[in-house]
Amino acid sequence: MGTRLALETSAARLVARLSRAAGRGGGTTLPGKLVWKLDPAALDELAAALPQGVALVSATNGKTTTTAMASSILSPARRLAWNHSGANLASGIASTLLTARDAELGLLEVDEFVLPEVIRRTKPGVVALGNLFRDQLDRYGELEHIAERWRAAVETLAPDTILAVNADDSLVASLADDRESVIRFGVDDPSRARTTLPHAADSKYCVRCGHPYRYEAVYVGHLGAYRCEVCGHERPPLDVAARAIEPEGLDGIAFTLTTPSGSARVRLAVPGLYNVYNALSAASLCLGLGVPLDELVSGLERFRAAFGRFERFVVGERTVLLLLIKNPAGANEALRTLEDGGTERTLVVALNDRIADGRDVSWIWDVDFEPLLSRVERIVATGERAAELGLRFTYGGLPPERLEVVPELEAALDRGLALTAPGGELVVLPTYTAMLGLRAIATGRGLTRPYWESAE
Amino acid sequence: MIVRVGHLYPEYLNIYADRGNIAVFERRAAARGHELQVEPVSIGSTVVPGRHDLLYVGGGQDREQAMIAPDLVRHGAALRQAVGRGVALLAVCGGYQLLGRGYRGRDGSWLEGASIFEHETLAGETRMIGDVLLESTLPEAPGRTIAGFENHAGRTVLDEGAATLGRVVAGYGNDGASGFEGCRTERALGTYLHGPLLPRNPWLADLLLAWALAHASGSEPEPLAPLADELEREAHAVSAARARERGGRPAR
Repeated sequence: MGTRLALETSAARLVARLSRAAGRGGGTTLPGKLVWKLDPAALDELAAALPQGVALVSATNGKTTTTAMASSILSPARRLAWNHSGANLASGIASTLLTARDAELGLLEVDEFVLPEVIRRTKPGVVALGNLFRDQLDRYGELEHIAERWRAAVETLAPDTILAVNADDSLVASLADDRESVIRFGVDDPSRARTTLPHAADSKYCVRCGHPYRYEAVYVGHLGAYRCEVCGHERPPLDVAARAIEPEGLDGIAFTLTTPSGSARVRLAVPGLYNVYNALSAASLCLGLGVPLDELVSGLERFRAAFGRFERFVVGERTVLLLLIKNPAGANEALRTLEDGGTERTLVVALNDRIADGRDVSWIWDVDFEPLLSRVERIVATGERAAELGLRFTYGGLPPERLEVVPELEAALDRGLALTAPGGELVVLPTYTAMLGLRAIATGRGLTRPYWESAE
Repeated sequence: MIVRVGHLYPEYLNIYADRGNIAVFERRAAARGHELQVEPVSIGSTVVPGRHDLLYVGGGQDREQAMIAPDLVRHGAALRQAVGRGVALLAVCGGYQLLGRGYRGRDGSWLEGASIFEHETLAGETRMIGDVLLESTLPEAPGRTIAGFENHAGRTVLDEGAATLGRVVAGYGNDGASGFEGCRTERALGTYLHGPLLPRNPWLADLLLAWALAHASGSEPEPLAPLADELEREAHAVSAARARERGGRPAR
């Protein structure tokens, strides 16, 4: 480490401590912002100083969970620099590397948009790319543009860098087409598939010729077993696969993990097919790092939900289940998981429109809320755009008498709890900053611990 | 009364919550005792002038728009005839661009449009993204406000004298320079505003429905009976406030 970097590093660590002492959140990105501003090349040096190198995870959906699963697999045997609080921009990554002094391996979740720069600066040994869904269009632009940026970035990877890609996402899979060191993962269980794509599915046209794909199996969004009947382009063979999948309600999901080094049964403590994809991505990343199968299995089984993604807390005689929603594909899977998990009577849905949520709230119309609207007894719409959400539900078919619009988060949470019978569970679906707000309320009432204390 | 709706390329052009606009048409028509029959009009199908009372064209990503553009141009003459016969039409974002004369890419390429609206679109360097607030320039509703969200790289330049949808109060509008947004030909409206447009601007939905009903019955448009619209007003107010506080600031 050069003198300049050493100076910057100690200054930034001081900022982190001060920021935490001042109670300004976890101080997760402030020191990194400082270093990033002073000297962006510091990131190159910090990454190069890690003896086992760097592994990166990116995707529209599931990157925090995938990285947390990989951490669960890797951490017993390695000291990690892991951005567990989800600070996934360059400054957050700089912070993570700064504060993890004795780390051996960098395990980093990276925002889709900044991935090219982080690849260039950290020279990763393994990169896992999960999926591309339409996300916050006001912030990221169209997903083809993200894909083009990724394509250019993948071309700059060293030849021995291992690229793990989701073979079930035609666009993501195509990024690995001309590479040697590739691990392709996917789901192979037609019994768990749907036969039709959801409304507003992405990437449903052949990446080569533009003809609509024929899907033998649709698992999550546009992820599945696709084939173009015109040019023959199809899902490539899977190196790592999930087979014989068995959902266990809201408690978890089990599957057989098949890898080049053997197969094993895995039982995840989080539900949903999308978490099977996250597990496959984490397993592929760890295989790329040379982790044996038994460690993959035990790490995945030890895993508990990542920050705010699927979190329960107890409020007196009731429980609250927090499920983050942030874009149509993710929200659809959250809803599908709820559907598989049983019948919820009351639901609180929270929509904010800050930068981290997406300022353009039109995405709520692309979420397939309709099946829920026909069976739920009451929805409390809350957040800064509560009225907009209310319109989504009533125009979607929810009878107006089943809707309550309570913009203020805390009041909405209490209203939801009041509508939930003792012993019951209130399901809350918040966008990102609404989730932070709800967690802050829960923390204020002594129900959960702040996130910079709870992870690891 | 039955209102026949032609939804153009729904599986390609659906990026900014276009089904929200259709849902608003359906519910608001039903609230007045009318039934919407929505029919997809996609690649390979035929547009028959007079068959539909209301046409809807949404927005897509660049790739999808390029895929359907040649088919749309093929329907150009039929669509122009339909508009001439008084069909109500709403085109949003990409659909709005595609219904102009054409789109000039940054590399100089020319993507021909269906020539419903008197405008051309030029690809710009930066995207114009943010909340928007308009004051209607429609003679049917002068000064009424329209709130939405815009996200476009194209600069749409209207011909001299072409009618607009509204004057920009906050946000970028057609080209970030003219101070106007949208375009109108007969009963066809084009706009960049999505979000989606209609739930928070129900009067505009009702105007289009009144036009569609007039087309269906062969009579003059009659204003529809008002609905309560409390949530609609609230959502409009929040969206309008967003535009005022953080909408795009065009260089004028």
